Amino acid sequence: MPTFFEKRQLVTPGDLLAEGDYIAGENTYKENDKIYASRIGLVDYEDRKVNVVALRAFYIPRVGDTVIGTVVEVGFNGWTVDINSPYLALLRASDVLSRPFRPQKNDLSKVLDVGDLVIAKIIAYDRAHNPQLTVGEPGLGKITRGQVVKITPTKIPRVIGRKGSMISMIKQETGCHIILGHNGVILITGKRLEDEQLAMMAIHKIDEESHTSGLTDRVTKMIKNEKAKRKGGS
Amino acid sequence: MSQKVEKLIDKKGLRLDGRKPDELRPIKIEVGVLANADGSAYIQQGKNKILAAVYGPRELHPKHLALPDRTVLRCRYHMAPFSVQERKSPAPSRREIELSKVIREALEPSLFLEYYPRTAIDVFIEVLQADGGTRCASITAASLALADAGIPMRDLVVACAAGKVDDTIVLDLMDTEDKKGNADVPVALMPNLNAITLLQMDGNLSLEEFEKAVNLAIDGCKKIYAMQKEALRAKYVNIKEVEE
Repeated sequence: MPTFFEKRQLVTPGDLLAEGDYIAGENTYKENDKIYASRIGLVDYEDRKVNVVALRAFYIPRVGDTVIGTVVEVGFNGWTVDINSPYLALLRASDVLSRPFRPQKNDLSKVLDVGDLVIAKIIAYDRAHNPQLTVGEPGLGKITRGQVVKITPTKIPRVIGRKGSMISMIKQETGCHIILGHNGVILITGKRLEDEQLAMMAIHKIDEESHTSGLTDRVTKMIKNEKAKRKGGS
Repeated sequence: MSQKVEKLIDKKGLRLDGRKPDELRPIKIEVGVLANADGSAYIQQGKNKILAAVYGPRELHPKHLALPDRTVLRCRYHMAPFSVQERKSPAPSRREIELSKVIREALEPSLFLEYYPRTAIDVFIEVLQADGGTRCASITAASLALADAGIPMRDLVVACAAGKVDDTIVLDLMDTEDKKGNADVPVALMPNLNAITLLQMDGNLSLEEFEKAVNLAIDGCKKIYAMQKEALRAKYVNIKEVEE
């Protein structure tokens, strides 16, 4: 039962990863007892399970995920939200307005209008229906300030880092509050625009170099250098 | 004004551009060349210059075209008006519509279309300069663009043609050989699975010649496959090297 690659090696679609009694994990598929990669990414052998951490992918909704989306349409009894996925999500008016609403009287665009950003949670999704959102939990709802960054959704775990090391480092160094959407959209809110920009730079760097090792140290260094530069300049 | 038919293969057994019968044209492939597309690729194969762009999977409009159980793959092969000697009308010709279908059917088996129902994947292929064998180069580029867009696939699809010119079986025909030669056999292949996704023949070949041509084309495909994979990796390996 051989494996054909080393851990964390770059593989392309169609590469034979393992043969025999293995389980096909993420971004892989099994045919005739052979496991192949189905996306470009880094392989990971974990006991009997073979995974590929994709470098290029898009977001597929999952129930329970927190996402950040843009309102693209105001309907009669809810909103259509673009959540950076192949499927548009629905947010029902009854979920946002606590009191009972009447479509004739209440103007939904006064609550949320086209272009508004929302943090929401996915409460229902299956192959046959578009995902449904809720904002009825603390921390969810309309975004009023901050910066939004988009990255490849599969790289969100990399931004978090091992046991949250990366994200807590960025938060500490820049003094910003950061919310990660599972759909690859990140909200950064800080006291000053410069802080927010610094955090954005760090996240872009992680997105570009997510497949390299020792990234946390390099990002820390980058932030410190930038800070020093700015102090010197002002 | 009858002109003597020029020899397509000289006494030394070399072709018009100096290639041996089983030699490919020089190939250059780049991945991720367009910022606005979800995935893209560019290929130069001899004088061919082709761009491929992929969008999706995304909501399908008009909605009634969507399928409840799978993604709709849409393909558009288009030749730029300046891609050939005589200006080509930019409107889709009979040939382009047919090639769009042929390319779509060559790519479809490689994708897991059943993963994302009710959506569409759009593939746009723009031939900037044509010199024979554009359908093959287009398939090679389009498959890379799909991989670059992060669409799950069984294997990359690679295509190459073989044919008969002056009674010799040759690989990777260019425009003159295609037009003046006896036959042309384009083959598209998923090399790791050893599965053919496109096989056409234009002209006449005996059974033995056909077999020889197909095998030669498959060998050519495998050579291009190595370059294709290299191009896909290059996008990420470069970043790694800069850092270290």
